[in-house]
Amino acid sequence: MNLSQATVARDDHYNFAYLDESTKRMLRRALLKAVAIPGYQVPFGSREMPLPYGWGTGGIQVTAAIIGAGDVLKVIDQGSDDTTNAINIRRFFARVTGVRTTESTREATIVQTRHRIPETPLREGQVMVYQVPIPEPLRWLEPSETETRTMHALAEYGGMHVKLYEDIAQHGHIATTYDYPVIVNGRYMMRPSPIPKFDNPKLDGNPALMLFGAGREKRVYAVPPYTRVKSLDFEDHPFRVEQWDHCCELCGSRQSYLDEIILDDQGTRRFVCSDTEYCTDRQAAGYAGPAAQEAA
Amino acid sequence: MNSQPLLSVRDMTCTWDGVHGCRDISFDLHPGEVLCVVGESGSGKSTLLQAVSWQARPESGSVWYDTRDRGFVDLASLSAAHLRLLARTDWGFVRQNARDGLRMQVSAGANIAERLMAVGQRHYGDLRRVAGSWLHKMEIDAGRLDDAPAAFSGGMQQRLQIARNLVTHPRMVFMDEPTASLDVSVQARLLDLLRQLVADLKLAAIVVTHDLAVARLLAHRTLVMRGGRVVESGLTDQILDDPQHPYTQLLVSSILQS
Repeated sequence: MNLSQATVARDDHYNFAYLDESTKRMLRRALLKAVAIPGYQVPFGSREMPLPYGWGTGGIQVTAAIIGAGDVLKVIDQGSDDTTNAINIRRFFARVTGVRTTESTREATIVQTRHRIPETPLREGQVMVYQVPIPEPLRWLEPSETETRTMHALAEYGGMHVKLYEDIAQHGHIATTYDYPVIVNGRYMMRPSPIPKFDNPKLDGNPALMLFGAGREKRVYAVPPYTRVKSLDFEDHPFRVEQWDHCCELCGSRQSYLDEIILDDQGTRRFVCSDTEYCTDRQAAGYAGPAAQEAA
Repeated sequence: MNSQPLLSVRDMTCTWDGVHGCRDISFDLHPGEVLCVVGESGSGKSTLLQAVSWQARPESGSVWYDTRDRGFVDLASLSAAHLRLLARTDWGFVRQNARDGLRMQVSAGANIAERLMAVGQRHYGDLRRVAGSWLHKMEIDAGRLDDAPAAFSGGMQQRLQIARNLVTHPRMVFMDEPTASLDVSVQARLLDLLRQLVADLKLAAIVVTHDLAVARLLAHRTLVMRGGRVVESGLTDQILDDPQHPYTQLLVSSILQS
């Protein structure tokens, strides 16, 4: 199915998982601390990686630190397994570790992601690795790092509601749709990376371990399995996820997060699942959306 | 007047480099009392304000404050968390430039409601109602609740800043040259409003100013500072009408007479 995946072989010129052993140990130490204090941002010595900041250097370093020879890796970019970034990161790890890569969420032991949590429920023992651009949820509110750290230390999070207030005042509802701030384990405010707020409820009490890595900002943080994750809201404007009037054109799902795709210059559009693996699986199982039925 | 002071400053010295700052400051402030600190630029007025409000830590001496939960305590004995809570709820800070005290990228309503959200209020409708009523009190049209402060005039911004501070019903407000950047007619209106608020809400205030007219209109008592020290203090009328210290005499005589 995926040609590049099949052809890449382990390149012995690189240490296992690209980073040297002491760097991986440093990262694992930071990750242990992150797991011990859910939602707390732990600094680490971010390394130069063979791709630019903003392309997932944080996530790649976290994956490199935890991956073992027996792991099976899946990489998602915008919910899709076959975009440039996803393919390249998957091939990178195939080359520097020789581990098996997959597109199946069920098979994978490590899922590195940008923008989405798979629709397929995760299970115990799996690890989600998120690529985080800006880890500090309070940054827009307060530009000073010493000040934001003090605010975290004293759990002074009231100011975050100013943003939600402003949304309701301007749009009539909470218009923040991605990177929607959450409180982890009743204590630390956390940015869940740019996932849509549709995925926020999946973070709450999830059986999988969630690790977040920000390469440029040099921070890791974590949500351990079965941890409470609460999205911010107002009493009279409770947290709500996105909803669509459409179902997926390809697989007919009404439960998944839909991407709006513009098909031509006339503005013809189509809604399809953002999670390509989930959509393909459903189609293989015989489900069909309006577009697929027309074609048949 | 209540016999128990709200704030008590004793022999406080706070300098930036061992030389500049304020020295040996002592005064009491009672609930509902307005104290003006006047003096020329560099006389230590603003340092005094920062030290009393614990934004800069004094080198020696003490500042006592009558907290709502623990009674009369030395600010040095409070934890950082407690001090920040005090500054957010029981105190207000009005800065000379409204842009320094406001959050310019969010609406007027959000600016007023911020402190309420910071102390845990989570009902949008209630927050909005309170913000609207404060805008009304500040003589700003309630229809401007969703406008950004940048769209407001200087005087309105200053009033908005005051509303933002008073929304948690503080008992003490620190003001640093609140009227200095406004033109004269707007100044008069703001002073009028301030005088009314201070009386209605029984606010204690420390107002730093170099404008003796502000002291005359607002303050019950006045401290005159020069070279980091208080050279004269007393009732405002007494100081302005019968100045004793040569420097105060100079200050008073330099007011333009109409």
